[in-house]
Amino acid sequence: MVSYTLKVNGKERQISADEDTPLLWILRDELNLVGTKFGCGIGQCGACTVHINGQANRSCLLKAAALEGMEITTIEGLATDDTLHPVQEAWKEHDVPQCGYCQAGQIMTAASFLAENPAPSGDEIRQAMHGNICRCAAYNRIEKAVATAAKNG
Amino acid sequence: MIEERKKFTFSRRGFIRTSALAGGGILLGVNFLNACKESAQPPVNIANLNFKEFNAFIKIAENGYVTIFSPNPEIGQGVKTSMPMLIAEELDVPWEHVTVEQAGLDTENFTRQVAGGSQSIRHGWEPLRQTGAIAKQMLIQAAAARWEVEPYTCTASNGVITNQAGKQLGYGDVVNDAALLPVPENAVLKDPKDFKIIGKDAINVDVHKIVTGQPLYGLDYTAPGMKYASVLRPPAFGQTLKSFDASEAKKVGGVIDVLKFGDKVAVIANNTWAAMKGKHKLTAQWNDTTLESTEDHDAKLNAILNGSKFEVRREDGNVNSAFSEADSVIERTYESPFLPHNCMEPMNFYANVTAERIHLVGPIQTPAGTAKRIAHVLERDEKEIDLEMTRMGGGFGRRLYGDFAEEAALISNGAKLPIKVVFSREDDMAAGTYRPAIKYRIKAALKDGKVTAYHLKEAAINSNMYGLIPHFFPAGAIKNYKVETGNYQSNITTGAWRAPYTNFLAFAEQSFFDEIAKELAIDPVKLRMDLLDNVNDGEDERIEYSAARMKETIKLAAEKGNWGKAAENVYQGFAAYYSHNTHVAEVVDITLQNGFPKVEKVTVAVDCGIVVNPTGAINQVEGGVIDGIGHAMYGNFAFDNGKPKATNFDAYRLIRMNETPKVETYFVENNLSPTGLGEPGLPPAGGALANAITAATGKRMLTQPFIEHFNTDTREVRG
Ligand code: FES
Ligand code: FES
Repeated sequence: MVSYTLKVNGKERQISADEDTPLLWILRDELNLVGTKFGCGIGQCGACTVHINGQANRSCLLKAAALEGMEITTIEGLATDDTLHPVQEAWKEHDVPQCGYCQAGQIMTAASFLAENPAPSGDEIRQAMHGNICRCAAYNRIEKAVATAAKNG
Repeated sequence: MIEERKKFTFSRRGFIRTSALAGGGILLGVNFLNACKESAQPPVNIANLNFKEFNAFIKIAENGYVTIFSPNPEIGQGVKTSMPMLIAEELDVPWEHVTVEQAGLDTENFTRQVAGGSQSIRHGWEPLRQTGAIAKQMLIQAAAARWEVEPYTCTASNGVITNQAGKQLGYGDVVNDAALLPVPENAVLKDPKDFKIIGKDAINVDVHKIVTGQPLYGLDYTAPGMKYASVLRPPAFGQTLKSFDASEAKKVGGVIDVLKFGDKVAVIANNTWAAMKGKHKLTAQWNDTTLESTEDHDAKLNAILNGSKFEVRREDGNVNSAFSEADSVIERTYESPFLPHNCMEPMNFYANVTAERIHLVGPIQTPAGTAKRIAHVLERDEKEIDLEMTRMGGGFGRRLYGDFAEEAALISNGAKLPIKVVFSREDDMAAGTYRPAIKYRIKAALKDGKVTAYHLKEAAINSNMYGLIPHFFPAGAIKNYKVETGNYQSNITTGAWRAPYTNFLAFAEQSFFDEIAKELAIDPVKLRMDLLDNVNDGEDERIEYSAARMKETIKLAAEKGNWGKAAENVYQGFAAYYSHNTHVAEVVDITLQNGFPKVEKVTVAVDCGIVVNPTGAINQVEGGVIDGIGHAMYGNFAFDNGKPKATNFDAYRLIRMNETPKVETYFVENNLSPTGLGEPGLPPAGGALANAITAATGKRMLTQPFIEHFNTDTREVRG
């Protein structure tokens, strides 16, 4: 067991957990932030995507204890107060989700991608999003929503 | 004019009850599959909703706002949005005044759904609209009584009742009076041309919760004192547990107990990570029984096809004499592998088994059957079980099976703790209920430019096509026709997978029609239209598809997909298929990139009757089509001595965004009752893609996945 402090969605959180625990399980089981999803545990599906200092990262592969001092943002912290992030708005506008399980990860990937590339081409969107699996295959709408978010962002 | 041939009927007598709510307003309880019991009464207090007697509740409050307590499990098919639309339409309230709600919560931050069974839009179509119409009728009666006029002189629209003198009352103004009225037997339903909500886009009711990451799914559920369990199961089908050693597992921080049940060992811990880590530290010895490999299945299925032990599922005319008189005969064998479901949310379930009650919560498509199963294994009374459904991170058939719920119940019972069983992805893929491997051998006799006989043999693992599938197209279109089946009993568990059987049967048959068309030198679309001309709708009770509707659907797809007019270097494939009461036709456009097929576009025409919620419907169709393309292209799941060769997404390939075609969906417009959309888009996709690949490369895709026909290093067609 080790103790450390994480900064999650702008708040300092005290953690006491096994040293090798991935951030994913700290978020879900310790901090009750269950918006970040478990899909594969090996970095293949993107369901667990969060932002570390603004960069999209796979929380199933990150050891939480190594993230002290970094800004961690989860899907629960993407909106500012009552204003949704443009990506979340676009997701609603296009009625993207089917089962919805993958969508938090998709949104987090899209948000960090658009921060780096605010005016992407269709091909750039398709490449940037290809690490996130949607088993329901809502891919056409995810693509459209990313393009809309780029326009409105 | 296309007539509706089969209607779903429901018992109209007493399927609705009302009560005046304690806090004001009216509550309507509906039971839309069976009439309510004589004694059934909806509660006067919203906190006591009882979904055993009723499968939906509608509350109209004193401000006129409507709350619908939707009981249907949401797998991603959008029924939680589309079913309330039916009620709101006939009740005639603005959709903005309708909230779809969950029953009361027992933990602060969890949104749950209460068991009620999964009924499709097809079953709900009449009774849910009747419910809305009856409620509207009662509100009008209450207003008319207040005005002392005859009810028929009043009209209601957008939540407001108007009389001939132009006076108005809102629904909320009269709701308490309406609550005291007897329920009318019947109410007049709207003419579809007057629909205001049905046919308009309604966004998924859970979308805000989904995009903001609120707890919805089984994996998100928590309860006080809950512990997590990770289960070690036999690594191969055909193995049993000989012995195990838990000493290392127990040393893992956070692990609190290790429990053997049957051939499985559960590691119970304070959090998911500790449970998973603990499981990896278990060591176990296994006894081998029969360990099967993909090569064994291959040989068994071939032996069935080459043998003579079949069950005849449909037989018309005499195929043998037609074959002996034929000008030519074509025969092909099509093969598909096992497929795992891979729901994005791995299997999981919560159970708290105590001496008094059994509390079960999780993502399950069959709550009633699962409760029964658990009562049976625990030797308890079913009445002691409360089962609640959560939103599901995908279903595709996997969550019809309650094995994971049973595990949770057994572990909780043994450990005397509230337990949530969590599958890792590896557990989920290796302890599946797979789409069985199947082979089809199809033979057709051709004479004077016509198909005179059609003989299809199915060899499948564990079980065969069922219900009316043997009577799907081309049954009825070819005079001499025979479908027969055989199976091999394996110890690998198999079950329903999105569009069971037809998910592969459609591929085989639709590829085969293209071969016939080539042999007869006619256009593949024309071949299908000609065959459909032979069918007289309604002549054969067992034939559910409508030739007239199928032809309309085919025409629409061919027109919108520019069939036969592809741009240069674009190759097209066509398929049309009826399943789950819906007719679908698809045109697939591909190009070759360094010899490798790239699926550019799929044009889909769908006849699903009235489209209740277009945005939801299109989402379903797009998903089904891409799922069909993805699995036909990449889906492969092989066994080696009982062990799956792939257990995670590094080795098992699912389609990703950069491999995804654009899907354009068109609906055949008519006023017929709506039919399902979760599955029917999938079956034709693989066949249409196979035909496009053949058009591009000349090579026939007789086996799935298609990717194996290409050398992915050099990206050239192999063979
Ligand atoms: S759960 Fe982290 S990438 Fe799949
Ligand atoms: S919406 Fe179901 S996995 Fe993406």
